[in-house]
Amino acid sequence: MKLAKVGRTSAEIFTLLMFIVFLFPFVLVFINSAKTAFEVTQYPLAMPDQWSNIFKNIASIWTSPNIRYPASLFSSFFITVLSLVLINLLSSQAAWVLVRTKSKTSTAIFFIFVAAMVIPFQIVMLPLLSWLRTITDFTGIRLLRTYTGMILAYIGFGVSLSIFMFHGFIKSIPLELEEAATIDGCTRFQIFYKIIFPILTPIHVTVLILNGIWIWNDYLLPLLILGKGNAIQTLPLAVSNFAGAFVKQWDLILTAILMAMIPVVLFFLLAQKYIVKGMVAGSIK
Amino acid sequence: MTIKSERRFSFWLFLAPVLIAFTVVIIVPFILGIFYSFTNWTSSARADNALRFIGLENYIATFKDAAFAHSFGITVIYTFINMIAINVMAFALALLVTSKIKLRKFYRIGFFLPNLIGGLILGYIWQFIFNNAIPSLGKIIPLFSFLASPENLMLGNPSSAIIALVIVGTWQYAGYIMMIYVAAIENIPAELTEAAMIDGASPFQRLRAITLPMVAQAFTVTMFLTLVQSFKQFDVNVSLTAGGPSTIFLDKPILGTELLALNIYNTAFRSNLLSMGQARAVLFFLVLTIISLIQVAINKKKELEL
Repeated sequence: MKLAKVGRTSAEIFTLLMFIVFLFPFVLVFINSAKTAFEVTQYPLAMPDQWSNIFKNIASIWTSPNIRYPASLFSSFFITVLSLVLINLLSSQAAWVLVRTKSKTSTAIFFIFVAAMVIPFQIVMLPLLSWLRTITDFTGIRLLRTYTGMILAYIGFGVSLSIFMFHGFIKSIPLELEEAATIDGCTRFQIFYKIIFPILTPIHVTVLILNGIWIWNDYLLPLLILGKGNAIQTLPLAVSNFAGAFVKQWDLILTAILMAMIPVVLFFLLAQKYIVKGMVAGSIK
Repeated sequence: MTIKSERRFSFWLFLAPVLIAFTVVIIVPFILGIFYSFTNWTSSARADNALRFIGLENYIATFKDAAFAHSFGITVIYTFINMIAINVMAFALALLVTSKIKLRKFYRIGFFLPNLIGGLILGYIWQFIFNNAIPSLGKIIPLFSFLASPENLMLGNPSSAIIALVIVGTWQYAGYIMMIYVAAIENIPAELTEAAMIDGASPFQRLRAITLPMVAQAFTVTMFLTLVQSFKQFDVNVSLTAGGPSTIFLDKPILGTELLALNIYNTAFRSNLLSMGQARAVLFFLVLTIISLIQVAINKKKELEL
């Protein structure tokens, strides 16, 4: 018994050590956000001289014309929310008709969506840019450097996995519910949005989380679609432009990083249970 | 309208938005992409009259390129080490946070946290750690004074910079993979473990005879997940090393830590060799497809065994 106790205590100590190691980088970001440029380069591991400095640094990032933090935060938020809403609405309704229609066309369409999950972004990124320009030439709809193009791209890249997840769930919903509604004279649209859509809540949450984390943190797709030096930029783009332009100014770069992390950390602490569940569910699919 | 024609109409109506977005964003660029890889496509603006079919030239030039060969090699090495490191770390952490220690739920959240922050930002944080924090440790503690000298910087030479990429990659993904193991371990029936304890099995015996076989299914998932994630690594590569430092390979100066995804990006946008970058992207796609097919085959085989 004594041995078991020694075992548990050493497990406790080891876990605590690992925990400190894992969170130490974030602590470093935090303490160095409260330092002057000189302090950061001279004493990166020391506590800051004056904690109040953090407000000064935050204020200079907030007002910096190079990072445009408030505008970037808004763009990130706008793009993420609108893409998520559209992905969830459009892919759940698509998954529903794919499950409920038994035909070769339906099976083939579903198969193409699933197979497309293997396609890496790299193979489509170069032609996507020239092809979006071609579309603009023909239709007049601007897709590069605009919200429209950015959100369209997220829908295109996001629907495969989302349809797949909804498809698996809808298969388990009994048909009787819908049959009764059909007899009562409901249209297909009503059946889906009044009866099926609410039942899908748990899977909506999973899909929101999986896509939300991806879209919020994504770097390469916005870099290509929105480009550099655009009025519209997401937070990762803003941080990378800033870090690239102010190479050794770690006091400000780390403050910018801190400010880019805060929304995600807050969101995580609020919705922690759903996030972990959603991400584990997404991996196993 | 009859029910049948209403159904057909609603089928296409409900599918139309995703089909349009998917066709515009994935299908058309994918087909164009394969086509362009066999041409002399040079301008991202638009394919014009100068576009010529040049057969396998892009692919042949790619195979002859030292930078590509090096990039492919280090990507395979990075992927292999990263996959092992992430899974060993994740499994160890999962065992710890499913044991009876205090605050285990709290620890899980802490280990998971890096995964929620984008790779780009994580890379910048670690660039600061490797270039500033660690050398400063050398200045404070005399025993570690070697850390302060510039030639010992982790990001200063290609092989240790790859290890730096692995460290960040492990830190980034271990908590996520840990959660998958935690779910698998918590699914083990409590009776099994209790029975083994009554029979006097040591913790190590329990691990070997119960935990490992019971989470075997999760191993397939996590191995392929980390394999694909590592192979596609781009964000951390850009912000941590940007491909550097330079090195000499096959008598040519090249970037020492340029993983495949970054090599494709640089070929297309830095060197302006669009069709060449496209050919490399096609090769990248083929490797990933082979990996996925192997995974599907393994899963099929497992289902048959069950």
